[in-house]
Parts: sequence; C-alpha cells; structure tokens
Amino acid sequence: MSDDVLRVRTPIGVDYGWTAGPRSTAYLQGLIDGKLLGKRCPTCTKVYFPPRNGTCPMCGVLLGDDDVEVGPAGTVTTFCVVNVPFLGQKIVPPYVAATILLDGADIGVQHLILGIDADKVRMGMRVEAVWKDSSQWGPTLENIDHFQPTGEPDVEFTDYAGQL
Amino acid sequence: MTDASDTDPGYALAPDGSFTAPLTLAYPYSRTVGPTYGRFLTGLAEGRFVATVGSDGRVFVPPAEFDPTTGQALDQWVDIAAEGTVESWSWQPEPSDAQPLDHPFAWVLVRLDGADTALLHVCDVPDPGAMETGMRVRARFVDGADPGMGALECFEPIGDDAGNDGGDRS
Repeated sequence: MSDDVLRVRTPIGVDYGWTAGPRSTAYLQGLIDGKLLGKRCPTCTKVYFPPRNGTCPMCGVLLGDDDVEVGPAGTVTTFCVVNVPFLGQKIVPPYVAATILLDGADIGVQHLILGIDADKVRMGMRVEAVWKDSSQWGPTLENIDHFQPTGEPDVEFTDYAGQL
Repeated sequence: MTDASDTDPGYALAPDGSFTAPLTLAYPYSRTVGPTYGRFLTGLAEGRFVATVGSDGRVFVPPAEFDPTTGQALDQWVDIAAEGTVESWSWQPEPSDAQPLDHPFAWVLVRLDGADTALLHVCDVPDPGAMETGMRVRARFVDGADPGMGALECFEPIGDDAGNDGGDRS
C-alpha cells in the first residue's frame, strides 16, 4: 500500500515572448550604455522614467521621441523598511525599498537604499545610483546595484509633494 | 555561469528594433485534494481505479463527491477495471509541454468497465488511423510518480502489443 494521497502539486505557468516596443527599448538600450533615459510628454512636459510606450496618462497623447536623461541622483519620496524574510531574498533584513524621484523625472522609480542604516532613511533624503561593474550591465535597472545617500541637505517636502 | 549564458544576452531584437525576451510567469501551487479525490488518487498510485456509487446505482469515475441527484455525500466505493472502451476521441498533433505525452496522441473519453461515466484522458497511438470509437484500451500507470493524476500516464490499445495497427512504442 502506498501512503494516502492528501495533497498534489499543481504548478501553473505561461511562457510569453515579451517585446519592449520602441520607447521601452530606448530605455533598455540606455541602461546597457549606463544611462537613465526617459521620455517627455509634449503637452504637460512631464518626464516619465521608465518611459511608457503608449500615451501620457494625464494628457492622452503619445510621449515624445527624444530621450531625456535623468538622474543619476534623486530624492526619496517614500519608502518602506523590509523586516520580513521571504523565499529568494537576496539582502539580509532590515533594508529599505524606496520610491526615488530621479533628478529630471516626474515619476518615482522603486529601488533599494543601502549604505545607511534602515532607521536613518527618511523622506526627502538625497540619494545617488551605485552602478554595478559595467561588465555586468544588461537591459535592466538591476545595472544599478542600489542607491546610497549623497550627503546633500534634504529636500523640502513641498518640493516633491506633487510626486507622491 | 555557463558558456552559453556568457554569449546569450537573454534577449534579441524584434523586426522593428524593439528588444524582445522570453517571459515565464509561473506559480508553484499545491493543494489538498480532500477525502474523495484523495482516495481516487491513492488508487491511481497503486495502479487501480476506484469509483463512487450514486443513489441510483450509477458508478462515477472520476468519483463524484456528492450524489448528482440527491446532493448527499457519497461514501460507497467500488473497484473498477483498468480497461475500458473509447466513447469519443480527438487527435492532438502538437502536444504542449504540460500535456501527458511528449509526442502526438489522442484525447479520449474512456468508459472503464463497470463505470457509468467516461474519464477524459489520452491514448498513446502513433497516428489517428490507429484510433476508433468503440476500441478497447487499458491504462498505463507510472511507478513512483508524484502523487496526482500523473500516476496515470495514458491509455493504450489492448492487443496492440501483438504488433498490428502500428503499435510500436519502442
């Protein structure tokens, strides 16, 4: 007799081929070259990073073709301290995942804040990108290993309140 | 890192110049099966079929947990043969990864001897010419399979081993 069957594994999955489209491709090619490239809405002039392939969600018009280089420094607009261990975690908690408003961009991008104790991270803190060695670069924002404090004075809340 | 990953960047260019890359979205679910399917799957792991009997005497395989007529929980079980008759079938010329066999096969509705319902599974034959409604088939089980339907690999024609009808599964 075999053991009674109580539980079965039922993995599911789908295999996609994903195509970036022209604007995201410019963004990804920029990352390969060590640049942070966004696109600007021709109507409201907001800069999206990463750029959207479609339209500016506020204006409903196609983003411009020209690349707009943003960063590499930016401002922490909001953040969370990760205290919970989970499967596949690469960094020992506690650490900080933050939304960073890169200089020149009008929308925050999420990344890691390292090089500072988690309880010292704050809204308005200035941070800069720490890139991996260029031999490891590919078409991914993981080319930036993390962000670290620049030591500049904090940004006033009113200066980024519109991007929260 | 392997040699392959050193040369393969993991992406390519589409005809319009866009980056393109494979993207796999998958979840490693598992689930409990409950007492009725648990007993059925335990039977499969032992190379046999068990079925539930309804209030009207109908024999259900896969087992019904509740009587389709009265709604009452069913707790009468019978053993069922591992052979049966093909009630209907459809050819699968290009199997996908998740399907039971890795080569072309037939989907079959098999009514096992002693059952009053048909079981959807697959039949291992080399070509659709070997399939016929009403043909006799038997189950082929997998020893040591993970718990679940994978213990039942497929059905195969009875008498095929004699070599007629292109029954080459070597």
